[in-house]
Amino acid sequence: MIRVEEVSKRFRDKVVLDKVSLDVPDGTTMAILGPSGIGKTVLLKIMAGLLGPDEGRVFHDGRRVHFGRFAEPTGRLGYVFQGGALFDSLTVAENVALVLEETTRLSRSEIDRRTQDVLRRVGMSGHGCLSPRALSGGMTRLVAIARALVADPHTIFYDEPTTGLDPAVRERICAVIRELREQRSRTQVVVTHDLDAACSLASNTYMLRAGRLVRADNVRKEDYEQAYS
Amino acid sequence: MSSIATTDRPFGSSPSSGTIDLMPGRANIPRVRVLVAPIDYLAFLVRCLVGSWDLRRTWPRFIAQLSTHGVGAVPVVVITSVFIGLTTAVQTSYQLMGVVPKYFVGMGVGRLVLIELAPVMTGFIVAGRSASAIAAELGAMRVSEQIDALEVMGVDPYRYLCLPRILATSIGLPVLVVVTEVVAVFTALFISASMLNVPAAVFTYGVTHFFMVRDFTGGIVKAVLFGMLVGNSGCYYGFSVDGGAQGVGRATTRAVVLSAVLILLVDFAIALVFFKT
Repeated sequence: MIRVEEVSKRFRDKVVLDKVSLDVPDGTTMAILGPSGIGKTVLLKIMAGLLGPDEGRVFHDGRRVHFGRFAEPTGRLGYVFQGGALFDSLTVAENVALVLEETTRLSRSEIDRRTQDVLRRVGMSGHGCLSPRALSGGMTRLVAIARALVADPHTIFYDEPTTGLDPAVRERICAVIRELREQRSRTQVVVTHDLDAACSLASNTYMLRAGRLVRADNVRKEDYEQAYS
Repeated sequence: MSSIATTDRPFGSSPSSGTIDLMPGRANIPRVRVLVAPIDYLAFLVRCLVGSWDLRRTWPRFIAQLSTHGVGAVPVVVITSVFIGLTTAVQTSYQLMGVVPKYFVGMGVGRLVLIELAPVMTGFIVAGRSASAIAAELGAMRVSEQIDALEVMGVDPYRYLCLPRILATSIGLPVLVVVTEVVAVFTALFISASMLNVPAAVFTYGVTHFFMVRDFTGGIVKAVLFGMLVGNSGCYYGFSVDGGAQGVGRATTRAVVLSAVLILLVDFAIALVFFKT
């Protein structure tokens, strides 16, 4: 379980998060909604241990996250960055295999097998030898998801996974997230400004507004838009 | 089960804090930075070098970096060395000719190159070439969240990115310094014999007769330290990039400037330790 306790974050004089508290129980998929620039990514990075809060604490399975160190043992967290954050100097397959090569002692053949498996799951088999520079935005996002899943993490964070994608890729990504929720009981946190995606993916939905979280299960589109108008 | 944040504090107000604000006014920030920055810089170097080296995984990346920052610098180092040799021979000859025997031209060139010119000039070249490249590369990785991606995967970015680069510059620079020394001395020999009226045998006598192992080892020790500082400056500023493309440009400039200043500072310190009479 991920627990966020009284977390605050500000940049200069702007308060982005204001004593936010949140529990993400194991096996649930949670969506955090809000328009761009509201602080969703900041909250997600704090939850993942990538960014330190000004105040407050974060716990992963009861253990406090110490920021500036590695928050989690190998392979327990997956994070899908909005821009993909793929390594330009590596091929698609090398990007996906990196975490296994660097943090496990698996054989080469086992790493290759797992890499091909996860690329197939996201519909990117056959693209392993390409450079990330040769990929479209949607394909980059799919490879980023494959990289996040290859070590079979128990918690996965998604930063705007469906934003700016065509319907087919968007649906493929939603299918992967749904499969992880329904068949593999993974803990997932999705931040997005896409209300439809949030409603279709998450069991719990929150809106980030004025630095605070408010519950937003089954929120109507008009109410969502009204909240930020 | 989920809980919702509850606070009545209005949006935009400062969060109450139980900590002491060490920098309450912006006027204090530069002074604090001056005090903290050297400690931060050294702590970064220690963080990169201490810890798991994991040679099996680090070795291939070290070789790749050595190729980039060592072998890749050979052409520019050779070109520079030629002019170092030519100029030093002409200047030494101008200073000493008619005052002391001719073989002192060989002595002057040899010791100048070994002790000072080869390490410092090569250090500057590698600083301009490698510190900037490392800072720009790592800065771009920071901006595009690739370093964050490593952290969240559980891959130590200091071991994965910084250690091979710092080792490559630390080991590559001494080798480049030896290349500089050889090329510069032979070029000086050539111009002395052909244009400065100093026979090759006399020049060679001056170089070899006054050669001291301490001159050579002092230069090599300098080069190792310069290489370490160049690599660390690039990694340090690359990792601390903030603010997109402009931040990358700023980090690149700072990495080169800091490398150059530290090379001169360490050069003086080594001179005191090795060569003070």
